[in-house]
Amino acid sequence: MIQAKELTKKYGSQTVLDLPELIIPKGESFGLVGNNGAGKTTFFSLLLDLIQPTTGGIDNNGVLVQQSEAWKPFTAAFIDESFLIGYLTPEEYFYFIGELRGQSRAEVDALMHSFEDFFHGEILNQKKYLRDLSKGNQKKVGITATFIGNPEVIILDEPFANLDPTTQIRLKGIIKELTQNREITALISSHDLVHVTEVCERIVVLDKGAVVRDIQTSPETLKELEDFFAG
Amino acid sequence: MFKHFFKLQWKSFFRSSSFATNLAFKILMVFVVIYFIVVFLSLGIGAYFIIENAGLGDPLRVVNRFLIYYLVMDLYMRYMLQKMPVTNIRPLLYLPIKKNSVVSYSLGKTVLSFFNWSHAFFFIPFSIILLTKDYTPLQVISWHLGIMALFLTNNFLNILINNQDRVFYPLLVVLAVLGISQYYGWFDVTTYTAPIFDAFYDLSWTALISWMLLAMVIWASFRYFRRHMYLDAGLALKKQEGKTEDYVWLNRFGNLGTFLKNDIKLIRRNKRSRTTVIVSLLFLFYGLIFFTGPYEKFPIAYVFAGIFTSGGFLFTFGQYVPSWDSSYYPLMMSQNIRYKEYLSSKWYLIIIATLISTFLAVFYLYFGWKTYLAILVGAIYNIGVNSYLVLWGGAYVKTPIDLTTNKKAFGDKQAFNGKTLLLTIPKLILPLLIFWIGDRIWNQTAGYLMVALAGVIGFAFKDLAFKQIEKVYKKEKYKTLSAYREKAA
Repeated sequence: MIQAKELTKKYGSQTVLDLPELIIPKGESFGLVGNNGAGKTTFFSLLLDLIQPTTGGIDNNGVLVQQSEAWKPFTAAFIDESFLIGYLTPEEYFYFIGELRGQSRAEVDALMHSFEDFFHGEILNQKKYLRDLSKGNQKKVGITATFIGNPEVIILDEPFANLDPTTQIRLKGIIKELTQNREITALISSHDLVHVTEVCERIVVLDKGAVVRDIQTSPETLKELEDFFAG
Repeated sequence: MFKHFFKLQWKSFFRSSSFATNLAFKILMVFVVIYFIVVFLSLGIGAYFIIENAGLGDPLRVVNRFLIYYLVMDLYMRYMLQKMPVTNIRPLLYLPIKKNSVVSYSLGKTVLSFFNWSHAFFFIPFSIILLTKDYTPLQVISWHLGIMALFLTNNFLNILINNQDRVFYPLLVVLAVLGISQYYGWFDVTTYTAPIFDAFYDLSWTALISWMLLAMVIWASFRYFRRHMYLDAGLALKKQEGKTEDYVWLNRFGNLGTFLKNDIKLIRRNKRSRTTVIVSLLFLFYGLIFFTGPYEKFPIAYVFAGIFTSGGFLFTFGQYVPSWDSSYYPLMMSQNIRYKEYLSSKWYLIIIATLISTFLAVFYLYFGWKTYLAILVGAIYNIGVNSYLVLWGGAYVKTPIDLTTNKKAFGDKQAFNGKTLLLTIPKLILPLLIFWIGDRIWNQTAGYLMVALAGVIGFAFKDLAFKQIEKVYKKEKYKTLSAYREKAA
């Protein structure tokens, strides 16, 4: 369970995030939507202890992230390309993450094998360093790396952006499969309302740092969201 | 058309973030530039008399003899440091500007580089001295102009050979072999090249040949760029073939091995870090300045030199930990990584490099065992004390590093903040002080031993030191993250 309490983040006098209380139960697939500057990435950065909250804190499965680092072993995230190491090949990057998460090479290889469809033959054995891959392919590497080492919490910021349609569809399949036994908590932000309503069972809409909608996904959700953003 | 280009250049210069730097650094830079100008000038003025007094022969001939090395060194420095003109072309491609003018502007701009006009500070005074002596004025001028054309030729050669590691490094090896051969008198390449430079003087018209050569390389580079002005050709960022490597022998070190593997890849696969390693090798020769010449009478300078000679990598690489990982620092901070392991791997890297430097510095035994002792003592102090201090200081540096370019490889304004400056006191001044005390009370050897002892004591407190450094890193974490992000934005 992830719990944010009295969580605010201010830059000067500007409040970029203000969450009196937000609870994400274990195993939930949680979608975060909102326009640019709504506070999505800020929330994720706070959850990963990359920035400090102005007030309050976040509890990740019993670990207060602002105080202890014990959340790291069971949390995996891909926010942007600053989570990739440009001078490694994709394989080396996967092994590196694997070694940090106590996975053997064979285990990493087996996991990557299961993503061959998703990679579409453009990732493995390409003799390219990550920095030379296209944006979309870099993203594929970053997203798959978060699945290494059986994390309990997976955080993906805008995973669908920059991906081609085939890959988007495959990614949706992967996320659904991952969350169906309700063991992994997945936090996904997106600008694409269609995708996010499809994979997430709960959607929270942020606007200027505050929660303005908190919806359990139903067939009407997409319409509701579209109306909200149109207005 | 050129008016537009000029305006763009003007803005890019005055609006660059490095321009808005602090005053202290600007003053420092001015001093550095003045220093180099003075060195060049005094060499230019003094060279004639130094050579004459040393009885080496006709100064002009002597300069001509070694000119080939000067030219090649110049080319080498350019290759390492001079920025390529292509970088700013991309945005101009889509605009209604003739390609020819873009190319001639970009190439023309390189002529104004420091690498071209700095040589004038040597050659102009040298030529003037020649004119005041018994040399034929017209011939001196032809020689001077001929040589200048060669330096400009270097400018364009560099443009043509840049990014061609395959040509460049073998060439460097050939040159090193030639240099060593000359030193030991096996083979003297200058007997073949000196007559060429002599000819500029002896037969004035030959200077025209070097100008023709210059015209040729200008034409070649113009054509090369004109032809390759496509995003997927000349303007494409060079891609290296990626090789998946596994340093299995490092696996036995567990998590530490994981980081070491990464650090080795970091150094090997990025231009910036490779340059740093090369520079750190140059530090090996730093001692030559101190162990020979006027400093001989000051043993305290030996300690100073010992620390620099063995600590090249420590100072050049170490001072930028953790900035080497700046482009993926958020990953490091959210992955399952403990600071201690991360820092240990960097520390071991520094220690190993210091040991290698100390080993490579064996040739200083030639100057006597006391000289090498100074280096050994310096190495012990570097390992025992300075290794922590650079890691500690690094936490405050917070300069993001772009691994793929050599930009700023030679110093950075932000590295000069108050805290890092304060930390140089224990790095350099404290060992000198310790030595001085030992030297005063007992003798020189005791001074050395005391510096070494300080190193050994420091080494013994490794765990304690690491705990402190870890605290600093944790405290600085958020500031560091946001500083690294600024560059990305």
